[in-house]
Amino acid sequence: MYDFDFEKPSTIDEAVAALSSEGAQALGGGQTLIPTLKQRLNMPEKLVSLTGIAEMKGVSSDGGTMKIGGGTTHGTVAKEAKGSFAGLAKLASLIGDPAVRNRGTIGGSLANNDPAACYPSACMATGATIRTNSREIAADDFFDGLFTTALEEGEIIVGVDFPVPEASDYQKFEQPASRFPLVGVFVAKHGDRVGVAVTGAGEDGVFRWTEAEEALAGNFSADAVSGLSHSADGLISDLHGTAEYRAHLIGVLTKRAVAAAS
Amino acid sequence: MATVTMTVNGKSRTGEAEGRTLLVSFLREELNLTGTHVGCDTSQCGACVVHVNGEAVKACTMFAQEADGAEVSTIEGQANADGSLNTIQQAFQDHHGLQCGFCTPGMVMSAAALLKDNPKPSEQEIRNYLQGNICRCTGYHNIVKAIMAASGQDVSAVAAE
Repeated sequence: MYDFDFEKPSTIDEAVAALSSEGAQALGGGQTLIPTLKQRLNMPEKLVSLTGIAEMKGVSSDGGTMKIGGGTTHGTVAKEAKGSFAGLAKLASLIGDPAVRNRGTIGGSLANNDPAACYPSACMATGATIRTNSREIAADDFFDGLFTTALEEGEIIVGVDFPVPEASDYQKFEQPASRFPLVGVFVAKHGDRVGVAVTGAGEDGVFRWTEAEEALAGNFSADAVSGLSHSADGLISDLHGTAEYRAHLIGVLTKRAVAAAS
Repeated sequence: MATVTMTVNGKSRTGEAEGRTLLVSFLREELNLTGTHVGCDTSQCGACVVHVNGEAVKACTMFAQEADGAEVSTIEGQANADGSLNTIQQAFQDHHGLQCGFCTPGMVMSAAALLKDNPKPSEQEIRNYLQGNICRCTGYHNIVKAIMAASGQDVSAVAAE
């Protein structure tokens, strides 16, 4: 690892100021960034840790909205969402392993936008809002292809607001070595708005399966999507699975998610 | 270089760390606490698991400066005050939960974190919790058995002798 300066501000304003210098980069829980630095794939001049910012941590409920601080760990999300937001709790509890979940953060995961990350699917399916230090961004406008988001240089995710669905579930078909989803499907039902979002499969990252959303809006049952199949066009093919295999998984996992949604 | 101070196994310890100094390097090389092992250095094997502010983390995937001011527990702090093995350590010995012993510090620290949250885990819960701890000797059965025993549960149903 190349060396860098390290700063750990305690407020969002201090963090934004620290990130304004040339070569500065934000550090969330570091569970992706630190391995990347070890491989010398990245050489920031300064890392600005966001883990010391109390106002960016924790989960609170405000009416029908679950507000999660960007610096909240997966382990905390799994505990806090249990009971009121089953799909999100399940998603968070399946990331990595317990020690990784105690460091990795939701804001870090969203900012990285790995095409096989889990959280982007929950944001897209529920119509979540990503709050930064300067603005609010709808999930549909936030994710912008592989490892790319709407975030500007030096902009920080301070929190994510999820409209809590009546019913939700996340189905993850794990690539067993990495435990990232080969395909993951998040289904969320808010009245007659149903969101179905797919991660791990798209060549441009997370996407919504609108055909399934429309079918489920009038009839929220596994039968409603049993006649649908997703096209393999635009899906990832690699040594773990072809585009056709992933397309098949999208259909199967969507059905399972609807059947399991609570 | 920055000066970093943390409470390690109940004692205040101070040392020097670069920005890139990992917590595990700080513990091993600056504080000479070499019980915490580096197996893979890629946050997969779990030999480096320590507790930071009560939570299990991989010390190879956290910077030392992140732990400035934190309470850190390592394997060196696990034995009883008189030097005898604590319940988990003793159970690893009784049930032969180690062969080469390289992964054991991480296994014991993960087990302690599990039992703090879940004092009577099922066999499946133990196996799930150890997803981030790799042992290439034991095949895990005796480790699972040791953790079941440390939690005061019957181990006769756990697979393999």
